[in-house]
Amino acid sequence: MTTIDTTDANDMPPQDPNAVSININGRTVAARKGDFIIAAADSVDEYIPRFCYHPRMSSVGMCRQCMVEVEGPRGPMMVVSCMTPVADGQIVRTDTPQVKRAQEGMIELLLANHPLDCPVCDKGGECPLQDQAFSHGAGESRFVEEKRHYEKPIPISDLVFLDRERCILCDRCTRFADEVAGDPLISFTQRGNNTQIMTFPDEPFASYFSGNTVQICPVGALTASPYRFKARPWDLEQRESTCTTCSVGCRTVVQSSRDELLRYQGVDSDPVNWGWLCDKGRFNFQSTNSEDRLSTPQIKSGDSFITSSWSDALESVARVIRHSREGSVAILGGARGTNEDAYMWGALADAAGITMRDAQLDDGLPASVFSYPQATIDSACAGGTVILLAPDIKEELPVLYLRLRDAVQKKRIRLIEISSHETGLTKYAWKSIRAESGTAASAIPGLLAQADISEQLASGPVVVVAGRPNLAESASHTMEALSAVLTATPSASVLPVLRRGNVRGALSLGLAPRNGNDAATILEASAKGNVDCLILLGADPLSDVADIDLARRGIAGAKFVVAIDTFLTASASHADVVLPAAAYGEKDGTTMNLEGRVTSVVQKITPHGTSRADWMIAVELLTLLGHESNFTTLSDIQNAMSAAVPGFGSTTTAVAIKRDGVVVSVTPQSSAPAVASVAAPRNSYEFRLDLSRKLFDRAIGTITSPSLANLATEVNVFIHPLDLDRVGAAEGTNVRVSNSHSSIVLPVRASSSIPRGTAWVPFNQIGADVRELVRRNESIIDVRIESM
Amino acid sequence: MARLTEENIRLAREIIGRYPKARSATIPLLHLAQEQDGYVTNEAMAHIAELVGASSAEVFGTASFYEMFKFEPVGKYLINICGTMSCALMGAEELMHHAEERLGIKMGSTTADGKFTLERAECQAACTEAPCLQVNYRYRYRVTPDQLDTLIDDLSAGTLSSEIPAHGTVAVIRQHIPADRAVGAVSPELVTENPVWLDGKAAL
Repeated sequence: MTTIDTTDANDMPPQDPNAVSININGRTVAARKGDFIIAAADSVDEYIPRFCYHPRMSSVGMCRQCMVEVEGPRGPMMVVSCMTPVADGQIVRTDTPQVKRAQEGMIELLLANHPLDCPVCDKGGECPLQDQAFSHGAGESRFVEEKRHYEKPIPISDLVFLDRERCILCDRCTRFADEVAGDPLISFTQRGNNTQIMTFPDEPFASYFSGNTVQICPVGALTASPYRFKARPWDLEQRESTCTTCSVGCRTVVQSSRDELLRYQGVDSDPVNWGWLCDKGRFNFQSTNSEDRLSTPQIKSGDSFITSSWSDALESVARVIRHSREGSVAILGGARGTNEDAYMWGALADAAGITMRDAQLDDGLPASVFSYPQATIDSACAGGTVILLAPDIKEELPVLYLRLRDAVQKKRIRLIEISSHETGLTKYAWKSIRAESGTAASAIPGLLAQADISEQLASGPVVVVAGRPNLAESASHTMEALSAVLTATPSASVLPVLRRGNVRGALSLGLAPRNGNDAATILEASAKGNVDCLILLGADPLSDVADIDLARRGIAGAKFVVAIDTFLTASASHADVVLPAAAYGEKDGTTMNLEGRVTSVVQKITPHGTSRADWMIAVELLTLLGHESNFTTLSDIQNAMSAAVPGFGSTTTAVAIKRDGVVVSVTPQSSAPAVASVAAPRNSYEFRLDLSRKLFDRAIGTITSPSLANLATEVNVFIHPLDLDRVGAAEGTNVRVSNSHSSIVLPVRASSSIPRGTAWVPFNQIGADVRELVRRNESIIDVRIESM
Repeated sequence: MARLTEENIRLAREIIGRYPKARSATIPLLHLAQEQDGYVTNEAMAHIAELVGASSAEVFGTASFYEMFKFEPVGKYLINICGTMSCALMGAEELMHHAEERLGIKMGSTTADGKFTLERAECQAACTEAPCLQVNYRYRYRVTPDQLDTLIDDLSAGTLSSEIPAHGTVAVIRQHIPADRAVGAVSPELVTENPVWLDGKAAL
């Protein structure tokens, strides 16, 4: 009998109980219990051919292509490596004649019915089936029979087309739709000899994530309308970048050909998007290519614009700033640009004494939300409890929805949702609590004190996802609700979900409000005639500010309006000078996502017309205003930014080469606006207005992307079915929605996901503008609904 | 029309209650829909999806696997004539030709009055009784052309209605499960006792 010498064991490094060592083709490979052989082989670049296996989805063993030999008690046996877990001491061979024969046989079978139309197939050149037929196929087929034929292609949604004869039934798209997106709108039908992917009759695959199925399709069966027949893969040039459509900051590759953006593909960034993109982020490159882009500076002359040179336009802007009264210049926006843009505009504002600035348009939260302990997407999804005090994540930050949904499905976290109506995450929530707009803060202490909830909160880390759920409700309500949650769970961290791609970067790097002068205050000042020069830095208050009356008065009251934008937006058309800005894909730089993660964005094509990056415009103005400026290149700005911004360090140079970026901790220079505690008394109207965004709306980047432009819907007011009865209106008929400010007419719909007493209207859709009813000086908006 | 009727919704809820997971009731509910309308309508599939918490596409994907679920209207009497080996040797082809002539339709189609649908079937596992056919899945053995005529006459006259109900009628979905046999909606992992039918005997 041997005794175990415990002293020696204690000196050893702690053994990972899940560590497993296997042997692949004679190489020792370290793996973890539960890994599949194919993943272990991937980790050491032993490539096993595959079609159905995808590392971010469960294994199904559909295609049988990944056959390998595993040494067993009765000699070597063939197994599918995507379904066979590793075991300690396992001996795997991927290169024996038997393995080769099996793999060649599978390719031959797959090609029995797969058309050889590669020359006209969009996938040709980047097709896993084509590539693996060359690398792992026999090179010829014994099949001489006629291949099957289907009607082709059939649209399965507005964006995705299906060629059934190319499909090899790998289950990737259907698995994605079910497991990852939670929208199982496509399924195998006619199972058996005629198995095919299909939607339900007349129910399209209208998922916000449908474009991912095109990216992961291992053949050309699924193609996306914006890219169909546009280019051959070998003509594409690509650079890795970050999507700035929303503040999740998904990693992408930007692909172009002949100086035109043609496609974005998701890149697997482990802490962020896992390779997925939403359809809006994937397809809105079309807006960069739009014919309607601004291409030259424009100066207002009478009622129309005349084309100008950059020097004249900039000089006229500089002259107005020079002659403006002290403290009467304002900058709105900046959240659409890069960190470098924001830093440069912040620097310009500092140099020129511009104190009125705000990167948000009264639709987010005060920058003080960044002073709480900050969470990351990974920390939110790692375990414990996530409390949602946020807009509908599926509509506004779709890939964050995928990550949270995944964490719930894998039972890592529990969601507690406190919202005024049901959202895309409601069905995944452990507790989904309806709190009418304006009442969450007072309800939270009682809710979180309930025995089961307080037990859950105490059982692990807590992350609060905080954003502005209702645009017709003051931010102060959300901030009060947030502080109520943090009082109940003091150790919780906060994941702020604000609107627009680089909102955190812009707020952190110099465009946060000073002295409490946020966008609403600035617009109010402008309405009173106190703003001599209003600079709209990629901001469109007339489309985005919930109080449209305030936006109108603000724009009209400004003595001089400068719009720096990619399109002649509603607000830009009221400007005195319009400067064309370089769009996403047309400029290099860095961006900061909602976690504070700094990643690179890259230039892939030449800026449209004479448009320039925002930072260049700031540098020019700085010089014209008589300030010394040593900035000529992007790296000059990055160096200055790294030196000047505490917490930023040398991250910008580091992120240039890092896919996952670097999370920085920059506290915005911002004095908290004076948020008066507001009571929310119900007035004599019956319905509380709930105004929130959907993924596809009339936003400029969406309507200038032809494939997305018609995904916005007609605006409706949604109320509870019992309320509909009470109002006495029939579904779909027009009702009058009114309060003391205004009155609008729009169709009414019943929805059981809206609680009684709430009237939900999606923001910025086609039709009547419900913002007419919103006034910023009222913290909540109540309305009356009458049938007509 | 074609979503489940109020009465059938009640029955559907009862059927769903027999399973630990609502989705497990998909197939019985499809039978119920087929019984209601004679075939499975798109509206019924969408309704079933709502009832069992699946998507319409998933219900359609499941349903379309099964030959016996029809997605287009079929006659009140569905006549499946077996055409596989034994029956083919014993005159199935002649029987099919005779049926086509008698009803004036081709195999796979339905008479104008909506009474009869003819289908060619694969082996119905009655090879010793060839040629065989099924009417609404009720067997008829060693069928001669004359007997087929008589069968069609009887069906038309309604004299067989007690034996052969209209297409889609399935008794099993209305089964009565005695209380002592009903497991109820209990997850399998929660069941610790042996089932009653083991009756004290050791499980294999």
